[in-house]
This record gives sequence, C-alpha cells and structure tokens, in this order.
Amino acid sequence: MAEKISNRKVFFNPFSKDNPVLVQILGICSVLAVTVKLAPALAMGLSVIAVLAFSNVIISILRKTIPTNIRIIVQLVVVAGLVVIVSQLLQAYAYDVSKQLSVFISLIITNCILMGRLEAFAMANRPWPSFLDGVGNGIGYTIILVSVAFFRELLGSGTLFGFRVVPQALYDAGYVDNGLMILPPMALVVVACIIWVQRSFNKDLQEK
Amino acid sequence: MENLNLFIRSIFIDNMIFAYFLGMCSFIAVSKNVATAFGLGVAVTFMLAITVPANYLITTYVLGPGALVWAGPEFADVDLSFLSLIVFIAVIASLTQLVEMVVEKYSPSLYASLGIFLPLIAVNCAILGGSLFMQQRGFDSVATSFCAGSGWGIGWLLAITAVAAVRERVAAYSNVPAPLRGVGITFIITALMGIAFMSFLGIKI
Repeated sequence: MAEKISNRKVFFNPFSKDNPVLVQILGICSVLAVTVKLAPALAMGLSVIAVLAFSNVIISILRKTIPTNIRIIVQLVVVAGLVVIVSQLLQAYAYDVSKQLSVFISLIITNCILMGRLEAFAMANRPWPSFLDGVGNGIGYTIILVSVAFFRELLGSGTLFGFRVVPQALYDAGYVDNGLMILPPMALVVVACIIWVQRSFNKDLQEK
Repeated sequence: MENLNLFIRSIFIDNMIFAYFLGMCSFIAVSKNVATAFGLGVAVTFMLAITVPANYLITTYVLGPGALVWAGPEFADVDLSFLSLIVFIAVIASLTQLVEMVVEKYSPSLYASLGIFLPLIAVNCAILGGSLFMQQRGFDSVATSFCAGSGWGIGWLLAITAVAAVRERVAAYSNVPAPLRGVGITFIITALMGIAFMSFLGIKI
C-alpha cells in the first residue's frame, strides 16, 4: 500500500480529506485547550510539526530493529526526548509562550496524532515519505488549530495576535465581545462547526 | 478535610474532560455505548489513582531540586526535573503493563472486560496530565496526590458515562443533520455538558 501512494498525496491529503483532527479524530485535547489566542496556537502547531516530522523519521529509520512487543515504549521514549528538546528551547527563547502553553507542550507526548502516525505510517514506510507524512499531518493539525484560534480570539476578545481589529467605533455603537468564546466549551462548538462545514463538502466522510 | 475538598474539587471543578479537555481522543472514540465507556472510565480512574502518587514519590525523592539528599550530602544541588517527562511517561507505560499482567493473572473476568482498554491508557493524556498537574501545583503528600488523582479519575468516569448515555439516545431517537452525525454532535453534546459543569465554578469548598 505504501508504495502506491505518491509522495504528493502523502503530503497534501492530511490538509483536508484526511485531516488528523477532523477526520482521524486525533489530538483533540490540545486543539481545545490552547486555542484561546492565536499566538500560542501557532507556537503549539509549529512544535507539533517539528516533533511529528522528526519522530516519524527516527522511528522509520529504526522500524526494522524495534522488537514489536516493546515498540510502544520505544516510540514513547523517542517522542519524549524530542518533546523535552522542544520545551527546553521554548523556555529559553520564548518564555511567555511556554508559560501560556503550560503542561500542553509536554502533553504533545501523549498527543494521539504522534502515536497514531507512528503506528500507522512510520512503522511501515521509508524515512523520506515518513518525513513528508509528519510535516503534512502537522500542517493539517496546525490549520485547524489556527482557524479555531482565529474565530475564538476575533469573537472572544476582538483581537488577532494581540492587536485590536474590531474598531473602537463598533464598541461605542454597543458591540460587546462574546465572553462565551473564551470559555473552554466553545472550542468544542467551533470544532463541531468546522466538521459540519467540511463534511457537507466531502459527502463520503459523513457517518450514517 | 483539605484532602476531601481537593477530591471533590477534582471531580467537579477541575474536571479533566470539561475543564482541561484531557483524554479527549479516547473519550470521543469510546463513548458510543455506556457499558464500554464505563469500563474505560474505571480503568482510567484506577491508573490515575496509582500513577499520580507513584510519580509524586519519584518527584520528591529522585527528580526534584535537592531531592537526592538522602543518597549523600554531595547530591544536595542536583536538579533532575528536566527528566520528569520521560520518567513520568515511562512510569505510566510500565505501570500499565504491570497492572495488565496482574489483572490478567488474578482476575480473568475483569481482564476480559477491561483488556482492550488497558494498553490504550498508556497514551491517554488524562493520565500524564494528572502527573504533570501534580508537579506543577506542588502537592505535598502521597495522600493529597492520591485524592487528586482518584478525583480526576472519577470526574473522567462521570463525564464519559454521561456523554455515552446521551449519545446512545441521540443515535436512537433524534434526526441529526447528516454532516454533523457521529463526531460532530458528540462535540456539541460535550460542549453543552461542559457549560453545565461550569456552574460548579462558583462553589467554594
């Protein structure tokens, strides 16, 4: 199966048709928790892309030498090592962001996207396609993260990346930020709406 | 008394699903019917109640700043906390394995009902999240960690069972728009339930 799928498909499919969040339902936890503002969402997305791409490559190189019955522990250790590097880098160069992301950067380890992709793709494919798969899925994940954060920050605090975009005149006319959008449950509703839109275009994804 | 408060807080106010969204992946995947949801919930509760105190002991006596003092005065300024992630995940993975073997040996019937869920739990973010919260908030005793851990577990169990029950009814009786069926409506159910749980926020215990 691996050889038949072209590298292009491996890279682009996760953007929409095979999106890790919307279709494979992986990595929901962090999507919901870090999307109140755009900046941390973007940082989280980039961290996931980096970790996913490199862990895919490493596991794919090692795939023939890992005994199957301890593979989960090996995968976890590889991922954990990479996550520690990312979180130390963030603490060194972007302390505010790492503060905002709190435990969620560490929780990349148990982000199901990683285990899912490692199991489903890297264990069966060569390093280069695995790298593309990692980057592709990471980007697919980031797209959702950023679009959820976009709506939540715009409607919830009237800003984007911390800059005010809703003009003052609107507030004077009686417009009020929707405080509900900042609360965690609204992230679920935003994701549900994205799923709704996406599935109404891709009819074959609908469940009976 | 304080621990009892913490226990109740962990169930309702700091609920893993509704307040932190941890363990969502298996939550969405396994909440199709009440019986399996309950089984997974019990397994998660059990693991949280074990791993949080276990990781507390490791943080206090091995990983924290100056924690190795008991091994000799020359270790007084050793700080291994950067290793905590790897150690936590290793502890969780190996405890999961251990529990699986013990349950298999001594209670085959429980194993048969929990069996498939136990390996899944190693990568459930609620479990690792519990240990990380324990470290972040600086719990100060095994009892405290145990109360918080089991509280988070029961909160998770409560959430997944309730949502599974609603999902069963929705699947049987209501006419959901086709693109929203399955996953989409589950998100909305969880959101509504989360809003309901937020009413616990104002309660002072």
